[in-house]
Amino acid sequence: MNFPILSSLILLPIVGALFLFFTKDKEGNNLTAKYVALFTTVVNFLISIYLWVSFDQSTSSFQFVEDRTWIEGFINYKVGVDGISILFIILTTFITPLCIISVNNSVKNRLRDFLIAILIMESFMIGVFCALDLVVFYLFFEAGLIPMFLIIGIWGGARRVYSAFKFFLYTLLGSVLMLVAIISIYWITGTTDVVQLYEIGIDVKYQNLLWLAFFSSFAVKTPMWPVHTWLPDAHVEAPTAGSVLLAAILLKMAGYGFIRFSLGLFPVASEVFTPLIYTLSVIAIIFTSLIALMQEDMKKLIAYSSVAHMGFVTLGIFTLQQQGIEGSIIQMISHGLVSAALFLTVGVVYDRMHSRLISTYGGLVSVIPKYSILFMLFALASLGLPGTSGFIGEFLILMGAFKDNFLVAVIASIGVILGAAYILWLYKRVVFGKLVNEDLKKMIDLNRSEYFILSCLAVPILFFGFYPDPLINTIEVSVTDLINTHNTNLASK
Amino acid sequence: MENLNLILPEIFISLSIMFLLILGVFKNDSSKITFNLSLFAILITTIIIINETFSVTRETLFNESVVIDSMSSLMKIITLIGGFLVLVISSTYLKTFKIYNIEYPVLVLSSILGMMVMISSNDLIVFYMGLELQSLALYVLATYNRDQLKSSEAGLKYFVLSALSSGLLLYGCSLVYGFSGSTNFDIISNQLNSEEYVLTFGIVFILVGLAFKISAVPFHMWAPDVYEGSPTTVTLFFTIVPKVAALTVFIRFLYVPFLNLIDQWQMIIVFLSIASMVFGAVAAIGQTNIKRLIAYSSIGHVGYTLAGLATASNEGIQSSIIYISIYVVMNLALFSCLLMLRRKDQYYEDIDDLSGLSKNHPLLSLCLLLILFSLAGIPPLAGFFAKFYIFKAVLEQSMYFLAIIGLLSTVVAAFYYLRIIKIMYFDKEKDKYDTDHSLWLKFSLTVSTILILLYFIFPSQLVEVVSRINII
Repeated sequence: MNFPILSSLILLPIVGALFLFFTKDKEGNNLTAKYVALFTTVVNFLISIYLWVSFDQSTSSFQFVEDRTWIEGFINYKVGVDGISILFIILTTFITPLCIISVNNSVKNRLRDFLIAILIMESFMIGVFCALDLVVFYLFFEAGLIPMFLIIGIWGGARRVYSAFKFFLYTLLGSVLMLVAIISIYWITGTTDVVQLYEIGIDVKYQNLLWLAFFSSFAVKTPMWPVHTWLPDAHVEAPTAGSVLLAAILLKMAGYGFIRFSLGLFPVASEVFTPLIYTLSVIAIIFTSLIALMQEDMKKLIAYSSVAHMGFVTLGIFTLQQQGIEGSIIQMISHGLVSAALFLTVGVVYDRMHSRLISTYGGLVSVIPKYSILFMLFALASLGLPGTSGFIGEFLILMGAFKDNFLVAVIASIGVILGAAYILWLYKRVVFGKLVNEDLKKMIDLNRSEYFILSCLAVPILFFGFYPDPLINTIEVSVTDLINTHNTNLASK
Repeated sequence: MENLNLILPEIFISLSIMFLLILGVFKNDSSKITFNLSLFAILITTIIIINETFSVTRETLFNESVVIDSMSSLMKIITLIGGFLVLVISSTYLKTFKIYNIEYPVLVLSSILGMMVMISSNDLIVFYMGLELQSLALYVLATYNRDQLKSSEAGLKYFVLSALSSGLLLYGCSLVYGFSGSTNFDIISNQLNSEEYVLTFGIVFILVGLAFKISAVPFHMWAPDVYEGSPTTVTLFFTIVPKVAALTVFIRFLYVPFLNLIDQWQMIIVFLSIASMVFGAVAAIGQTNIKRLIAYSSIGHVGYTLAGLATASNEGIQSSIIYISIYVVMNLALFSCLLMLRRKDQYYEDIDDLSGLSKNHPLLSLCLLLILFSLAGIPPLAGFFAKFYIFKAVLEQSMYFLAIIGLLSTVVAAFYYLRIIKIMYFDKEKDKYDTDHSLWLKFSLTVSTILILLYFIFPSQLVEVVSRINII
């Protein structure tokens, strides 16, 4: 038996959280707690890098698999990674330490509890991405609601209670149907083990309903139009670190779920419901881009842009083309980095001015130039400028879409233009223009930790923009295999 | 000669009750010693059960009017443990209200005795006797804080409505007896066939009476008032122990004498279940008193246990028993928290009294947070697994409608649990509460919370114990 590296990835943050739990909570700036949390997450990041290094890119089968009996004769605790999930694990372990560094100013009270919540959140998120049993997946998927509810509710802004409730109840409502589907799958096939289910396949006559049940959960989490309304609320009210986690990782759970479960388990139904996904994705891209244009709150604007970007992701996944799915995965990783960066840049000015309204700002470029440059980079990455990771994802998705459905691809391309419009307009209104607000003159530029965080995010955005091969090599075999199995499944039924 | 060892627990507990009564009469200031002795009696009874009857698969006594099987042993143990913990954590509360008397443990013991008789009954008359014994003790317990208007009101309400339901139950029993010619469950089971319409009346009357005892909708009206008015420790007793006993009897009735009439009762149980789940979830939203809220939430939880019973399968019965066991632990934990809300000899039981609890009492509110999420059925806490097993059993029988309604009502129910969490964590803090709680109270809260939190590590153990129960 090899060293259980995935379980240690899942458990380590919990151990860190336990350690913090037994330390004394000091008022004010609790540096010790922060260092403990930071240390835990950095170690976790290093482990995940080791995981990536020792990951065998030439096979699509699951690696580092751990399989233990959990409930006798029913559920096994089974975890493992393939090319698709490993990137999300690294994204999670990469973003979390940055979140912890960023809590300097945004979290004033109960810092220790906040860090505990973040650490527990991290371990649940990693669990989601490496679970290979439907019940284990559901457990991690749902359990994440608890810390996120508290993060929004305790440390959030003015309307935090409303947002926290909306977030929790929306997601729970979506998920309960998935639970029905999971138990039904158990009774239909006799197992909830994903690997076995890939082999056996699920009878076609059940697939449509099961697909819809999974869809209800993933659509809320993605979020897809028209069930996206919880996201702007949650984002706006959550503290910066919470928004970052939400945008960068939580939303990816659904995209990952679509690839791993909807495509993998229900090939026939996925084919049947592709038009539905296309329609909803295109609406999401166009409609929420237009909404984003009208926003006066920076965080809300970025939240709506997340919905639009996730629209691209769902579109790409259901093109069922090699490029489309690879593009979706890269888009998710890229969006994880870019949206995290954008929320952090908003957090930077919010910490100084305590306003998220675009109208408060203007002419920042002459006051805080370093900030403006980095913000520019992230804005360009968000609109998908060539040379940033955003471009690779969007380009591959559109390529896949053109292969599959010309009309959808054309409409989605309009979305790219709109995406450029709202983010550039945001940038123009915040950074350029006349410096009207006198208070802005007192703003100080990025401090060292902010500079560090934003550079940490800028490096991979640029690196993968110019050289996406490490990402594509990791996912390629798994995606090819996924599509092949999908096609054979379709052919045989 | 009958093997009396099998009903040794009942015999022992009856003797203890008589002894304690005599002791109370002849000795002054004997409340403390009666409390301790009654705890001791419960412990010994539990040990006797584990030693004598736990391994028995199925034995009958006294012309098959009493049955000892794995279900009865397990349910008796749950009842006894519940009773034990209720007794140990009540003393501070009772002392505060100056009702720390010998009658309290004796009444608790008598009702436990009644429940044990109910659990083991295999005969209509034995069942009714046990039922009345526990009910009479419970009426008195409800009014135990007799100087308070609400407590007396609760007792009276409980008495009137419970007597009515007992009447219905007895009428149902007489109808069943009339058609089958016997009071013995096994014989009834062989004699009954579904062609007699009047027999359906008998079953309905019995089910109504039982539904009343476990407060399933639409026979739940008494529960909120009684729960609110009774002393908190008695409310705790009400929410767990009689429910366990009544559920066992429910299982016994449905799956022994009425097994052949499944078409007649299945729809009734499904209806009771759906109504309880939905009503329990919706009605709890507007409550301001925690005890009333718990009453509605317990109605909802009864709905889930009934969903397991409606499946007419061994898995369903087992999942209901798992559900009720986890529910007992969660309620114990919840009430331990409630009993900790004390400031200078005054207990607080409004939801607003929890406001900002997390700032003054971080550990207590963390426990409460876990308990509430568990009650709402959020993984990875124990409450999730309870619901999970239920829905697993329900879906095995392809009862999709029941499962979906049940799961949707968990979402509604999550709302009011979240509301409490919101008040604890997001709102402004109030004055601190006293922290000098009795050791037992802390113990029961800690242990039950840890059980709830860490249940997911060893979920198989409980399943294993319960899987020995095969009724059908």
